[in-house]
Amino acid sequence: MENVAERVKKVVVEQLGVNEDEVTNEASFVDDLGADSLDTVELVMALEEEFDCEIPDEEAEKIATVQQAIDYVTAHMPAKDA
Amino acid sequence: MEARTDKTVALVTGGSRGIGQEVARVLGRDGNFVIATATSSKGAEAITADFAAIGIQGLGVVLDVTDDVAMDDCLKQIQSQYGAPAILVNNAGITRDQLLLRMKDEDWDAVMATNLRAVYRLSKICVRDMLKARFGRIINITSVVGSMGNAGQSNYAAAKAGVAGFTRAMAREVAARQVTVNCVAPGFITTDMTEGLSEAHKEALLQQIPAGRLGAVADVAGAVAYLASPQAGYVTGQILHVNGGMWMG
Repeated sequence: MENVAERVKKVVVEQLGVNEDEVTNEASFVDDLGADSLDTVELVMALEEEFDCEIPDEEAEKIATVQQAIDYVTAHMPAKDA
Repeated sequence: MEARTDKTVALVTGGSRGIGQEVARVLGRDGNFVIATATSSKGAEAITADFAAIGIQGLGVVLDVTDDVAMDDCLKQIQSQYGAPAILVNNAGITRDQLLLRMKDEDWDAVMATNLRAVYRLSKICVRDMLKARFGRIINITSVVGSMGNAGQSNYAAAKAGVAGFTRAMAREVAARQVTVNCVAPGFITTDMTEGLSEAHKEALLQQIPAGRLGAVADVAGAVAYLASPQAGYVTGQILHVNGGMWMG
């Protein structure tokens, strides 16, 4: 099974329509990957779907980079996927 | 159980009679798979039978748009069984007419629940898949009354004007994903709702309509069909008035 980082990056690539090599851990969705406000909401929804979890709005606001998404998912993933 | 359809799925609320019924039929004739809602199982069955009789693919389903749980369940079922709607026509509406001084809070709340809140909720549910698909058409049926007002309909006029504001805001949010959101605002249309008016009242109405006749449900359905079509992709956040000229903005 792919690890969390790979799965997060795959979602980002699909959702934002960017190249894989652009999606570095440090990449900011808005500043580096060109996401607008709707993109970031859709991205969070796609992550929720991929990892079968719910990300509250106040947490979602703090997820601005690929690494932050990986960290959030790693910390909150249901045990069965870990 | 029918298989998922490869046609475009269109969902029309309040599709058992009047404007909604004609909208459902026209969208069906245009080649969409149409799911039309009614508040009773009898109404839903009648829709299914009507579609079969005129050769339209689709069916009637039961939905009370003010029941959140029922709405969520209904949409989940539609999405899994037939596919996510790419066309949504928020048509279901009620009136509880009364002069403001005599209006009961329940009359206000009921009209807001069906005519405004349900539009917000159903649009929110359906837009998710439209955004993913990079295509969607949401058409909200409002009313000339939302623009010009009408004595005895402060609740109805407020709800319809509310839908118009909602439409413009939502249209801005989703335009970049090829999802359009528009209103069709009928004037006075011959339906069960207007059949109950007195001859004198009808005569007075006609005096206000340059076209010299009440509208037909087909007049409204034609406008909806246009906004639902691929050709209308650059039209969003608009109110298309269908009223014989009685109000021109």
